Amino acid sequence: MSSNLSFDSFSTAIAGSHAGPKKLTQTPVTTGTSVLAVKFNGGVAFGADTLGSYGSLARFRNCERLLKINESTMIGCMGDYADFQHLKDIIEQMAIDDLCKDDNITLSPRSLHSWLTRVLYNKRSKMDPLWTTVVVGGIEKGEGFLGFVDKLGTAYKDPIIATGYGSMIATPLMRNAWRPDLTQAEAVKMVEDSMRVMFYRDARAFHKYHLGIVTADGCQIQGPLEVQPDWSIASLISGYE
Amino acid sequence: MSCEIHPGGFSFANITRNANLESMGFVAPKALKTGTTIVGVTIADGVVLGADTRATAGDIVADKNSEKIHRLARKIYCCGAGTAADTEMTTRSIESQLELLRLSTGQEVRVVAADRLLKQFLFRYQGHIGAALIIGGVDKLGPHIYCIYPHGSSEQLPYATMGSGSLAAMAVIETGWRPNMTEAEGMKLVRDAIHAGITNDLGSGSSVDVYVIKKEVADVRIHRPYEEVGIKGVRQGDYTFSRGTTAVIKTEIIPITVENEEITQMETD
Repeated sequence: MSSNLSFDSFSTAIAGSHAGPKKLTQTPVTTGTSVLAVKFNGGVAFGADTLGSYGSLARFRNCERLLKINESTMIGCMGDYADFQHLKDIIEQMAIDDLCKDDNITLSPRSLHSWLTRVLYNKRSKMDPLWTTVVVGGIEKGEGFLGFVDKLGTAYKDPIIATGYGSMIATPLMRNAWRPDLTQAEAVKMVEDSMRVMFYRDARAFHKYHLGIVTADGCQIQGPLEVQPDWSIASLISGYE
Repeated sequence: MSCEIHPGGFSFANITRNANLESMGFVAPKALKTGTTIVGVTIADGVVLGADTRATAGDIVADKNSEKIHRLARKIYCCGAGTAADTEMTTRSIESQLELLRLSTGQEVRVVAADRLLKQFLFRYQGHIGAALIIGGVDKLGPHIYCIYPHGSSEQLPYATMGSGSLAAMAVIETGWRPNMTEAEGMKLVRDAIHAGITNDLGSGSSVDVYVIKKEVADVRIHRPYEEVGIKGVRQGDYTFSRGTTAVIKTEIIPITVENEEITQMETD
């Protein structure tokens, strides 16, 4: 980066300067923790708590991190909340454009997943990432779809997806209980149980969460629901040795 | 106690010399870590300890069947995660200190004594001894589980997990643990927790070891292995062809006849 303080270097410093390599990779500011999602027979279920952490401060306790896009698609987002809001604006506009075209073609989860992968990978390749991990899910051609994209552009599809600490805490639990013919009620219980253990063991988790369900009947987000924790072991712990 | 405890921790006098050696190209060997999933849970009148059996050196599995549950006393055992040499030598050292304690007091050693000796030893080395331990045992005061970290802190808990697979195992235990479980329920919970670690964590693998220590049972029940999880796949195809696959039309045997023998001395100078 040149060191002389010419007008040119200032005016283009923020948006698209070409003097030297871009150094815009940020640190996330307000962040959300894990998103969980599971595919059941007939749809997908999502869980994401309602906390926007400001470092270690539990600052914003009513952030919705699940987004309904249309009756067949939903996303959940972890990481920088501002980057999620930026994506939300763009994707919601895409959904509105779809309705305006009025050709019965709306954003499908598979195409949204593909689009997000390209956007996130390209931004990271310019060293200017959107610091988010997105879970895309919904119904496509009558079957459930679930996909993952992270800030590097790593993308995959799986019947069970959990981001961040959820991948280490909730994924083992969900893998134990999953079957291809899982019912909606079982999937909701799986998300509930996982959100409880996440609240116990993730230091940036919260006891309130949103539950998103996409089926052939449509897409709905319930919440905020509350985790029912069990602290009865506290009476068994006394002293440290 | 009659044994001598070394007064200080490690001496770091060679740090500059070692840094120079590394900059000149010397590559220090990778520590053998146990990767690991270890758990300990309390049941109705005892404890159940579990561990996987994979020891890694970087990305390679160095030992497919390592023993991660070490004896400290007749009814006190210790699971170890972290650097394999550190867990082995630390537990061996404290095992002998506990035996001397038992002989000098004439009483069965208590689990809290093992906890104190281990944490005071590890604290003296300020975390440089990479031993993360779960002690489980039964004494006259009941069953106990203690969790000790490499820097020397300890916790007394109804259940504990350590190692790289600890989050997977803890998720299973948080879902399934209840106070006063039976031996069978405890063993199943421990097996499920280690299994979650083995299948979800790359640092853990192979098989599940389960040790059961109960108040009224004189000996510790050792199940090693309790279950083999990482089984090498059975080959489904076979490329050996049986005799007769290719039809034999004609057989001609030509013996080799020796016509002439000649001996030549080899030059050996």
